[in-house]
Amino acid sequence: MLVFLLTFSTTIYSQDEAAAASQEAPADAAGGDVAAGESLFKANCAACHKLDKKAVGPALRNVADLFDKDWLHKWIKNSQGLIASGDAQANKIFEENNKMIMPPFPGLSDEDIDNILAYTSKPKAEPKAPVADAAAAGGASTGGGGVSNGLVLGALALIFLLLVIMLYLVTNTLKRIAEANGVVYEKEEKEKRLPIWKAFVQNQFLVMVFSIVLILVGSYFAYGYMMQVGVDQGYAPVQPIHYSHKIHAGDNQIDCNFCHSSARKSKTSGIPSLNVCMNCHKNISEVAEDTATEEYSKEFYDGEIAKLYKAVGWDAENQEYTGKTEPVKWVRIHNLPDFAYFNHSQHVTVAGVACQTCHGEVEKMEVMEQFAPLTMGWCISCHKETNVNLANNEYYAKIHEELSKKYGVEKLTIAELGGIECGKCHY
Amino acid sequence: MSSNKKYWKSVEELNEASAIVKALQDNEFVTEIPTDEFLGDKEALESSSTTRRDFLKYVGFTTAAATLAACEGPVVKSIPYVVLPDEIVPGVANYYASTMTDGFDFANILVKTREGRPIKIERNDLAMNGGSVNARVQASVLSLYDKNRLTGPLVEGSEVSWPEFDTAVAQKMNEMSGKDVVLLTQTFASPSTSKLISEFTAKYPNVRHVVYDTISCSGALDAFQNKYGTRALPDYDFSKADVIVSVGADFIGDWQGGSYSKGYAKGRMPKNGKISRHIQFEANLTLTGAKADKRVLATPSQQLEILKALTGGSASGLPENIADAVNKAKAQLQKAGGRALLVTSLPDVASQTMALNFNANSQAMDANKPLLTRQGSNSEVMNVVNGVVSGSVKGLITVGVDPVYSMPNNTEFAQGYQNLEMSLAFGMKQDATASMAKMVAATPHYLESWGDAQLKKGTFSLVQPTIRPLFNTRQFQDCLLRWTGNPQKYYDYIKDSWSNSILAGGSWNKALEAGVFASNAEITMEEVKPSTEGAASMEESTSNGALSTLFQEGGYEMTLYTSTGLGDGQQANNPWLQEFPDPLTRASWDNYLTMSQVDAEGLGLVNENVSNGALNGSYVNVTMGDVVLESVPVIIQPGQAKGSVGMALGYGKTAAIQEEMQTGINAFPLYQNFSDVQKVSIEKASGMHEFACVQLQSTMAGRSNDIIKDTTLEIFNTKNIKEWNAVPEVDYDHAPVEVRDKKADIWSPFDTSIGHHFNLSIDLNACTGCGACVIACHAENNIPVVGKDEVRKFRDMHWLRIDRYYSAGETFKDEIEMSENLPAFDSYEAVETPAYENPQVAFQPVMCQHCNHAPCETVCPVAATSHGRQGQNQMAYNRCVGTRYCANNCPYKVRRFNWFLYNENDEFDYNMNNDLGRMVLNPDVVVRSRGVMEKCSLCIQMTQKTILDAKREGRPVKDGEFSTACVNACETGAMVFGDINDEESEILKKKEDDRMYYLLENVGTKPNVFYHMIVRNTSEA
Repeated sequence: MLVFLLTFSTTIYSQDEAAAASQEAPADAAGGDVAAGESLFKANCAACHKLDKKAVGPALRNVADLFDKDWLHKWIKNSQGLIASGDAQANKIFEENNKMIMPPFPGLSDEDIDNILAYTSKPKAEPKAPVADAAAAGGASTGGGGVSNGLVLGALALIFLLLVIMLYLVTNTLKRIAEANGVVYEKEEKEKRLPIWKAFVQNQFLVMVFSIVLILVGSYFAYGYMMQVGVDQGYAPVQPIHYSHKIHAGDNQIDCNFCHSSARKSKTSGIPSLNVCMNCHKNISEVAEDTATEEYSKEFYDGEIAKLYKAVGWDAENQEYTGKTEPVKWVRIHNLPDFAYFNHSQHVTVAGVACQTCHGEVEKMEVMEQFAPLTMGWCISCHKETNVNLANNEYYAKIHEELSKKYGVEKLTIAELGGIECGKCHY
Repeated sequence: MSSNKKYWKSVEELNEASAIVKALQDNEFVTEIPTDEFLGDKEALESSSTTRRDFLKYVGFTTAAATLAACEGPVVKSIPYVVLPDEIVPGVANYYASTMTDGFDFANILVKTREGRPIKIERNDLAMNGGSVNARVQASVLSLYDKNRLTGPLVEGSEVSWPEFDTAVAQKMNEMSGKDVVLLTQTFASPSTSKLISEFTAKYPNVRHVVYDTISCSGALDAFQNKYGTRALPDYDFSKADVIVSVGADFIGDWQGGSYSKGYAKGRMPKNGKISRHIQFEANLTLTGAKADKRVLATPSQQLEILKALTGGSASGLPENIADAVNKAKAQLQKAGGRALLVTSLPDVASQTMALNFNANSQAMDANKPLLTRQGSNSEVMNVVNGVVSGSVKGLITVGVDPVYSMPNNTEFAQGYQNLEMSLAFGMKQDATASMAKMVAATPHYLESWGDAQLKKGTFSLVQPTIRPLFNTRQFQDCLLRWTGNPQKYYDYIKDSWSNSILAGGSWNKALEAGVFASNAEITMEEVKPSTEGAASMEESTSNGALSTLFQEGGYEMTLYTSTGLGDGQQANNPWLQEFPDPLTRASWDNYLTMSQVDAEGLGLVNENVSNGALNGSYVNVTMGDVVLESVPVIIQPGQAKGSVGMALGYGKTAAIQEEMQTGINAFPLYQNFSDVQKVSIEKASGMHEFACVQLQSTMAGRSNDIIKDTTLEIFNTKNIKEWNAVPEVDYDHAPVEVRDKKADIWSPFDTSIGHHFNLSIDLNACTGCGACVIACHAENNIPVVGKDEVRKFRDMHWLRIDRYYSAGETFKDEIEMSENLPAFDSYEAVETPAYENPQVAFQPVMCQHCNHAPCETVCPVAATSHGRQGQNQMAYNRCVGTRYCANNCPYKVRRFNWFLYNENDEFDYNMNNDLGRMVLNPDVVVRSRGVMEKCSLCIQMTQKTILDAKREGRPVKDGEFSTACVNACETGAMVFGDINDEESEILKKKEDDRMYYLLENVGTKPNVFYHMIVRNTSEA
């Protein structure tokens, strides 16, 4: 039965993958190289234009059908020149788009422009219903997989129970048969013995040994329990906006300091203010198709970006700020107690410690969690092992030379420099 | 053998038939337990569905729920900015230059802000003539977060919007046209405000502007105006005076705006074997008197004679000792020529003119660029007061002043005020005046306002906001702009007027960044007529002018003064200032009558210490004409002139003041004719007052060689150092060795040669006891306020205290001799009682001495206090279990114990108990909890920051970068902080100075804080 179940679920998964793969097949169109056009579009146009939505500039899907091709070439190469030449159509479009100046692209060849136009003329992909279905099925099957484990165990338990009952029934039947056959079922005469617990209680030595063991084991576990109070390693609360460090720092390789800029110069790393998000998300209102995972669909991610827009008061339709803001109440993950002073810039800028050393592989975390225990022991053990980063830092020059002579070592640890004194972190 | 004795508890028991005894035997409880009340009500019982079992279930569930809830850690929310302002980096402080101009205190300052909250006031070192950043200025940041502030404008007591308020005012102003309306304001010293007011009075010609200084300087202003033509106060540079004679003037305190301690201290630090000579004639013991080389007791009436004698008259009418001192002083003044300075606080124009004429050739007086920080004229103010009382003044607009509280005849004035047709009060609070005004305009704190000022001619300053207004407030100037129909904002108005005149092509942004700007632009300030007309009425016809009443027979001569903590009382709701102990009496949370020992004995008044050491004092009733102040507590003040008493103004406020801070008695009713010297009669009243005095022991009991060393300039210059600053000796092998000798050391020394090693130097010659450091420490280190009752139990939390010692003999030297010569058993009382007549006084700031051999470290059972390599004695609060062994073992008594939780605790309802007040907390320093010890950390958060900045920039730390809050606050340069391992550092020079000594050095603690002994210039010739 178990084997059957396992086979079943594996089949479902493989089918799922196959379905997904079949949907990824590229669709070619005529009139130019769509693939080349796509990369050119992303490099040159995507900052201001989208295919199906208005961004800074108008939506460009099927723009080639609306205008003359030659005119489009002229416009793209130097729109301002075209406007200045008094072209009526150019001026009309300029007015329509709030006189937003489109920068000239003299570097694009006619062929490049044709490729881009081919890309914009690509028919809009139908909503990938089959994929969505497959994803749904996959979701169900994942769920099914979870259930199936339980099922297997449940079935096994049932089987064992059945076996036990059967065994009991068999012995009973056998006994009855034996009685019926006149076999005398002899009961052994038991010696009158002291019950075992009484014997235990009377043996004082045993009691003592047992109590000591109990106390030791008890204290061991009590200590273990006490020591983890307030240690929130692995704490991964649900945030008001599902922000994926994996997508930002992992897939898109954004440097940690880009958003957490104050980590370089301040004690706090700073939760980025929403205007920092909008530096990019003004143009990124939806995630790419392939960003979606089985767990989180594209719709889900787009919804999270919409939450950002709501918080910062960005009207994506009209591309303007409404002024109505709702600050985001993030749940703080790394909570140092008030009596411990920690300074990010000391570690990030001066020591050059990688963020991952204390925060773990954030670039792989879909949901941010606390990686390190953030206990004093954890701090101190690092301070005892790590050498001071002397590179190009004249501050340390004199003190390091004198101290290393005193301690007779090549390189000092932070502890030897005074980095484990109470007053350095507690004031 | 059994005994048949019967023990009885009362005679009643012997009566066998007693009903009472029977009843008591039968009943377990003497009174009936009222069970019937609820058990008797059957209906209610039966209708209740809660059975006993249910009840127990509920109890069980709630307990379990509470326990479970407690297991879960709290969820902490973090809310970032939506749009982060460019200049803010969370966690990094920004500094803005600004200026405080509250009409009493004028100072150029730097405001430290964190995440947009002002948290501390610092000196602005770019300002050369920037007033004094004293304790009140330091504390003013907390007044910003006062929860009793007005939250919006009021009309007839109900809150309205600003447009509604504007309409109401405009309507009223139209109604008032043609009637006499007075705009009564503080001194603004602001070119833009002056211009604006003249525009306002031009639009409403029935309005006249009168400046009212709560603490009047009118006499000095009139004298100066008569002589030099400008209504201003002469500026003095005390460092340029070799001989300083002060007749009553407390120029280290608040005399004429008081910003002279810096120059004074400069001349008091021995340079090339010279220091200035300072002779003080005074009645009250003041900070200035305490610092004087020679202090002569003289009542105000004697002071007038002294002044006359010094400026050419004869000293023959004075008592012999005073006459002698006057003649000697006169000779010294003459000898010093252009480097002599004579100042006086006598309030009349004649006296001030005498001093002004005397100083005309003194290098120390600057009459060309005088101070503009006081403008008020007594006669004009008197005129307004009389007008209000008589009803001839129909409308009164008050700005920055509280006349209903501070006018001498305030009950009369209040009645007149209530009958006014128009009463409009501008203020941050609903003070005495605002609570009676028909219209109240809520103004912002100066840290929320724009403004400009000309504190001294040629020196301009800017005021800029450092936080967005906390409440719905609008500043006075913006209101005037609105009411004169000017669409500009005051910011633009200032910018325009600066660009047009003051800047003269200079950069506005640079001026704003620096906060100060030197310009020779002539700014026409408003004209205030020299009050010759008023002066005549004030001066009267007798030879002694306004002071003639002083010469009446009988009674006591009273000198009214402003206390170092509260000043004119504007910040009475500031708990830091209330808890600030007066530098001289060391009493906090009070004002009182200071009286000489002789007079107190005569009246049968006592000061006594109760069993826990707290001070109690008798009450008196003070009468002057028909003004009676009842139950004024008395402090017997050593050094108070016989026949004189003193009392601080600024106390006794009740309107918009939190109950705990309604302290003291309002002495303004005694401030008749705005004269600070008055004649009063005093009689004993019943009862004893409980003071909160932080110092029990007033003398050093003959140990001044260990505590405060002092010597004379003559000895300092001529004798061997061993005679005047010997290192204490201890016995080693029955032979004396110096305590700094290695042999005397039973500990293995710390290696202090590598890295930074911090030392703090305190020059007692330059320390004036002003207490700015105490408040700066308060603000920097989140020190709690504990309240009067706790202070009375000596549980004050100040990390830095300024000890004040009186000598038991005439001088500290006499005291040592006294203790050596008296027989063993009698000596103690003699040397522990201060010389009441005229003792020597010395101040000594004491904080944790950061001993290299710290007694506290060895006794801590949990190693919560330990030694750092940089010299600090470190205290880990979270490790402390509160045994208090360390405090007991500390010879300097600088450790402070948190007896209670002082934050978020209704029992201690001060700034740490409300959201607004907590905004002042320094985020870099933890707020301590109940049951832990705390103490000075040598501002480790500041030294660590300096080190980190250097590390980030990859450079060594420069000398002068390291600092602490107290050092930053010290204007006289008495405190210096630095790294003694830096060979170029100033602190190293200080350490190697001959005057250097350690506090209680014979104990062998090897402190990292050291002092410089006092040198007095006793030469009489």
